[in-house]
Amino acid sequence: MATQVFKIPNTIKKDAKFTFCPGCDHGVAVRLVAECLEELGVIDNTIAVCGIGCSVTIYDFIDMDALEAPHGRSVAEATGVKRAKPDKFVFTYSGDGDYASIGLAEGMHAALRGEKITSICINNTTYGMTGGQLGPTTMLGQVTTTSPTGRNIEYYGYPIKLAEHIALCDGTAFSARVSLDTVANIKKAKQAIKKAFEVQLKGLGYSFVEILSTCPTNWRMTPDKAHERVQNEMMQVFKPGIYKDVTVENV
Amino acid sequence: MVECLTNKKVLMKGNYAIANAAVLAGCQCYFGYPITPQSEIGEFMSGKMQELGRAYVSAESELAAINMTIGACSTGVKAMSSSSSCAVALMQEALSYATTDELPVVLVSVMRGGPGLGNIYPSQGDYTQAVKGGGNGDYRTIVLAPSTVQECADLTYKAFYLAQKYRNPTILLADGLLGQMMEPVEFKEYPYPEVDNSSWRLSGTKDHKARIIRSYGPLADDRCVFLEKLFDKYKKLEENETEWEEIGTEDADVVLVSFGSTSRNVKTAVKMCREKGIKAGFFRPITLFPFPNKRLKELSKTVKKFITVEVNMGQMVDDVRLAVNGVVPVELIHKGVGAPPDPEVIFKQIEELI
Amino acid sequence: MSHIVVDENRCKACYLCVKECPKHLIKVSKDKVNKLGNSVVEFDDPNHECLGCAMCATRCPDLAISEVYRG
Repeated sequence: MATQVFKIPNTIKKDAKFTFCPGCDHGVAVRLVAECLEELGVIDNTIAVCGIGCSVTIYDFIDMDALEAPHGRSVAEATGVKRAKPDKFVFTYSGDGDYASIGLAEGMHAALRGEKITSICINNTTYGMTGGQLGPTTMLGQVTTTSPTGRNIEYYGYPIKLAEHIALCDGTAFSARVSLDTVANIKKAKQAIKKAFEVQLKGLGYSFVEILSTCPTNWRMTPDKAHERVQNEMMQVFKPGIYKDVTVENV
Repeated sequence: MVECLTNKKVLMKGNYAIANAAVLAGCQCYFGYPITPQSEIGEFMSGKMQELGRAYVSAESELAAINMTIGACSTGVKAMSSSSSCAVALMQEALSYATTDELPVVLVSVMRGGPGLGNIYPSQGDYTQAVKGGGNGDYRTIVLAPSTVQECADLTYKAFYLAQKYRNPTILLADGLLGQMMEPVEFKEYPYPEVDNSSWRLSGTKDHKARIIRSYGPLADDRCVFLEKLFDKYKKLEENETEWEEIGTEDADVVLVSFGSTSRNVKTAVKMCREKGIKAGFFRPITLFPFPNKRLKELSKTVKKFITVEVNMGQMVDDVRLAVNGVVPVELIHKGVGAPPDPEVIFKQIEELI
Repeated sequence: MSHIVVDENRCKACYLCVKECPKHLIKVSKDKVNKLGNSVVEFDDPNHECLGCAMCATRCPDLAISEVYRG
């Protein structure tokens, strides 16, 4: 008798089909979030706040109450939701353009205040929805539509390492960077998301997961080559790991 | 610390009256960032909300403050922010979102001098910002303009009610003079019914199918039914909620139109006119949106001239002209920024204009 | 018997699963295409080699490998 070892999570809307480009890891990230919401049994108590960019479509796929925030303001709106209803499970889902650039103040201050919310941030080193421009996480040397000869320090400055920065904030309870480049790392990514969610449920403070993801369309790469880039370039600079976990430090 | 008193007359600053009324109206969450001349609102709230077990967040910016308010409102609780002029400018994107989200955001805007940094003197320079909507796209915010500290309290109640009833962001448009001056004020119990929001608020999917509060979005058709519905709502607002005060307009040759703190001196100037035999009337819009267009149009049939008095370079005068539509002349008495012109000064200018 | 279910309506032809399968049991279809006209993938396991490891489903960004059974 065969046992089922994989299914579409019940938290995914019936007949919902992801609208991301072929091979985009956003779909994996959305599935992992959906799986964690299901396994923790919090889906019917969840209010998600979705940041503008490719990420915002998560509310079309996961069967949950959701609020769409202006670009960069998802963490602020999530703060409002949580302060109004402290018993709700509240998380934000946004891209690096939203979180690390226009919304950096909101993310950092939520971390400093120790807001009991979780932020998931997709880092694909570009503004995907608008066609692949240079963003706050664009890597040195990376060619984008607004860095046609590659990102150089003199002209564009440096990319930001989010997980490390957020970990430095005293109100942060959990900060991690994970990658979706391999099946093994996808499993680690799920563990991190679940941990971040659990940290919120325990009321320990702000929890944050940065997910290294691909943008095959704007990188002008096959999905396969895109994963090689994640391994060979991104993970060398944006090193995966758990940068803060108060549950371990407290042991 | 000022207490939340009801049914007792107390001497209080306008800013405290607004904050106290908000607490009595059942405001559960306050989000703000300091700016003169409205900082007392946040100062009052920081203590009172904590004491009552409600939420107060000292936000990192006005952008964050107004978006936190949106977040709180999405769960169905009463929530507010307050700010002034150049900082209210920062909030315009969120107000535009809140109209399309149909969320009952309450914002107190205590006007100071502008443009730019301007100064901290009173001003009415943000009439257009509030009434025409400073954000993108077609939308309006409900705008209420108090002229006394008592009205600061009463219209704060009303702001929460109208915001809930029409699911539209509502601005209480005060100014530095009202915010800072002390007057007797009596707080009644919140006089409005609670509006049922169980059909739209976010609470998790225990008792309803998944809800998304969002802009009408890129998938809307090019006729954009949403916008038509939004503007139907504004028509209803105009029919049902337009409010104004008028004195001596029945036989008036000239009607002085003024709002907010400035209208107090105008009222006195109109009295002086009457004493001197000038048939003057007084007209004060209380709701700046919806604007009392209909009543002004009616008055234009019997009145020979309208004069608006404003502390700005002439903003509301445009709306009075639109309402009157060229039937009779509409003149302007104004100063750019600062305390309203003295009644004598206004009276003299009226004499010159008629 | 271990096997997977491919939901062809979800397949966007990224072929990440093709490389992922340790037994090379997922193939690009010769006749079935998606809405964009790209060939979708098929599960082809005549010798019952599937391990039910679910690596394909874990890798797939579009839930196109919608079920995996082991045993």
